[in-house]
Amino acid sequence: MAADLATVTPPVRPERRLRIRPGMGWPLGLLVAAVVYFIYAYLDRYFRGSIPSGLHNFGTDWLPIIKINEALVYVLAALGLNVVVGYAGLLDLGFVAFWAIGGYTAGWLMTDKISGLNFHFLTAKFTDDHKIVGIHISWWIVLIAAALVCALAGVLIGAPTLRLRSDYLALVTLGFGEIIPEAFYNGDNIAGHNLTNGTQGMQPLDYVRFFTFDKTGKLVWGDLDAFADISRFFIFCGLTALVIFASLRLRDGKLGRAWLAIREDELAASSMGVPLMRTKLSAYGIGAVAGGIAGAAFAVHVDAVLPDRFRFDISITLLAMVVLGGMGNVWGVTIGALVLAWTNSTALPNIQSSLDESGSANGVGIGLAVLGVLVLAAGIAWFVSARKGLIFIYLGVMIATIGILLRIKGPGLSFQFFVFGCVLLLMMLFRREGLIPEARTRLVLREPGRTEAEALGADMEAEAPELEALSDPIVHAAGTTPTGPTDRTTL
Amino acid sequence: MTTSLNAPVSPVTGTAGPALQATDITVSFGGLVAVNRVSFTIPRGGIVSLIGPNGAGKTTFFNALTGLYQVAEGKVELDGRDITGMPAHKIAARGMARTFQNIRLFGLMTAEENVKVAMHQHLKSNVFSTILRTPWQRREEREAHDAALELLDFVGIGKTAGEYARNLSYGDQRRLEVARALALRPSVLLLDEPTAGMNPRESAIFTEFVHRVRDEKQVSVLLIEHDMSVVMRVSERITVLDRGEKIAEGGPDDIRANDRVIEAYLGKSGMENGR
Repeated sequence: MAADLATVTPPVRPERRLRIRPGMGWPLGLLVAAVVYFIYAYLDRYFRGSIPSGLHNFGTDWLPIIKINEALVYVLAALGLNVVVGYAGLLDLGFVAFWAIGGYTAGWLMTDKISGLNFHFLTAKFTDDHKIVGIHISWWIVLIAAALVCALAGVLIGAPTLRLRSDYLALVTLGFGEIIPEAFYNGDNIAGHNLTNGTQGMQPLDYVRFFTFDKTGKLVWGDLDAFADISRFFIFCGLTALVIFASLRLRDGKLGRAWLAIREDELAASSMGVPLMRTKLSAYGIGAVAGGIAGAAFAVHVDAVLPDRFRFDISITLLAMVVLGGMGNVWGVTIGALVLAWTNSTALPNIQSSLDESGSANGVGIGLAVLGVLVLAAGIAWFVSARKGLIFIYLGVMIATIGILLRIKGPGLSFQFFVFGCVLLLMMLFRREGLIPEARTRLVLREPGRTEAEALGADMEAEAPELEALSDPIVHAAGTTPTGPTDRTTL
Repeated sequence: MTTSLNAPVSPVTGTAGPALQATDITVSFGGLVAVNRVSFTIPRGGIVSLIGPNGAGKTTFFNALTGLYQVAEGKVELDGRDITGMPAHKIAARGMARTFQNIRLFGLMTAEENVKVAMHQHLKSNVFSTILRTPWQRREEREAHDAALELLDFVGIGKTAGEYARNLSYGDQRRLEVARALALRPSVLLLDEPTAGMNPRESAIFTEFVHRVRDEKQVSVLLIEHDMSVVMRVSERITVLDRGEKIAEGGPDDIRANDRVIEAYLGKSGMENGR
């Protein structure tokens, strides 16, 4: 047998290196990361002994599953916003509206707070067993409902606003992002009806029914209670994969091309038969679907729908995720959302609390202030001598400010958003195209277009004088419009 | 009026009558009348030109035909159907394709993608079939891909299919614009100063190209052109605009000899230098 094979195999030994199809790097990498984390989380929860205590402590501090789940919800919403901002190029400053609508859809269909109706459908065993009143529908169906409601809301919100041009559109979306959560906030007395339960929001939600683990870590089918983070992690990963998949497919299809065309040149797109309104609305609607899924996911993640959770800063954080990750690139946005959500929820608070605990805030503050001043000095020196290095002046001021604040305020200083802002600023200065940009975005930010560059110096009239005879005398009087350079290579 | 977006674009051999008939078109911006009661016909399968000095209203007229500007008065008929006041994308879908005076490609899309964008109205796949990538959608995409490559080959830039449009040379960008316009399967092709920025030799080659497009793609062509050598060689009929009004219409020889045209171009004092 072995001899047979030997004769068949070609003499050249195949390359041993693992070959990954181009474009498969990111999905495989993320899949591996998710699987590794899943295994870690499972072992850590049910077989604590198998995890070294150092790793356990690190995991609890730096990669707590609750924060990871929250980050995944952000990924879902950011991917939705990416369709609107990244693909179609429509600036949306109120995306939290869809997050809220998705959340409230879950609230309406999964709590006992609103309706006197008593309707159970495929809901959690706990809800059935305790005969809880109200509408109770399986979260899986709610997910679809939230997606549909948000798609509809996206179209309704979009229809009047999308006629506006970019900055006006941004302002109007900002308005909607404020109006909708505010409406939920105040919706407890609409003509005597309680529609949203006002400031108290709606909680608790029904459990999701899915595969989960019992106390011994055995896989069972049942309710996902407050401790079933690992199952939720699995579900959120699945949803993220689904949204990524859909985003990528749409990008490659007819609609994706139309979005890109609109982003590039609206007028030319419409002249090529792309219906502007319908195409923009579809971007809005499809983005809103992901936003709604994120909302429904967030609702079960925190086991509540609270109106004060849907703040403006979520819209801005989501936008920052899309821009920082790399507008239009699904993988960039995914990584950007994970990194930013994690930085915001875990890394910065951790750094802060460790500074507070160790009492080293003063020392670190002085250190940072000195470093900042040094960088500032270097920046000024460079700027004075060579008119360069302005960035170091910025940088120095930032570092020094953090340091001085730390020194003055000492422990308890909340510098999270300050650092966050600095990071954003630096990214925009040094890597505007985002962490993992779309190839085409990098192109436009890094080099001028060919005609742009060539138009700087080209003389088109001087070519081929012997052919001038062909042209009518009128030509010389009227002149042609010298809008571009001559191309000598093609003809 | 019942209109269907997906109405098949009638080929040249279909209905009789002119490909495009514009009657008494007036376009005004505020109180300023940019185009004043201009009537204009593109015969089926013809190549006609619209010329005039700078600011004569040529491009405005063009934009009115393609739905980018509102027509204040008058009527535009494409293949015998009234398209006055329709939005640009519907007019495009009805079979009126155009290029732009200053190239307006989708710079950060590949040449192939540029062409495929213009097939938007012909592709039937929707969100769900695109996400699921149904066999039907795959076939449609494959056909679109083949058709795009064919068009790029037709205009002579087949090798650049995978390049971003902004990286193409100027001449190739002009060609890509034509390929993109042809992807609409138009019955009328409007070319807005297609030889701007070309040298005489390139313009000469372009003239032949326009004939080839007309013959092989069975379109009627309307040119806006500054370059008289191109206009005289390529056009079967020429319409001259000056300050928003039609001042002459006829064959190249008539126009060449027309005093009002020469006056419009050269001014009265230039008369003795003209023909």
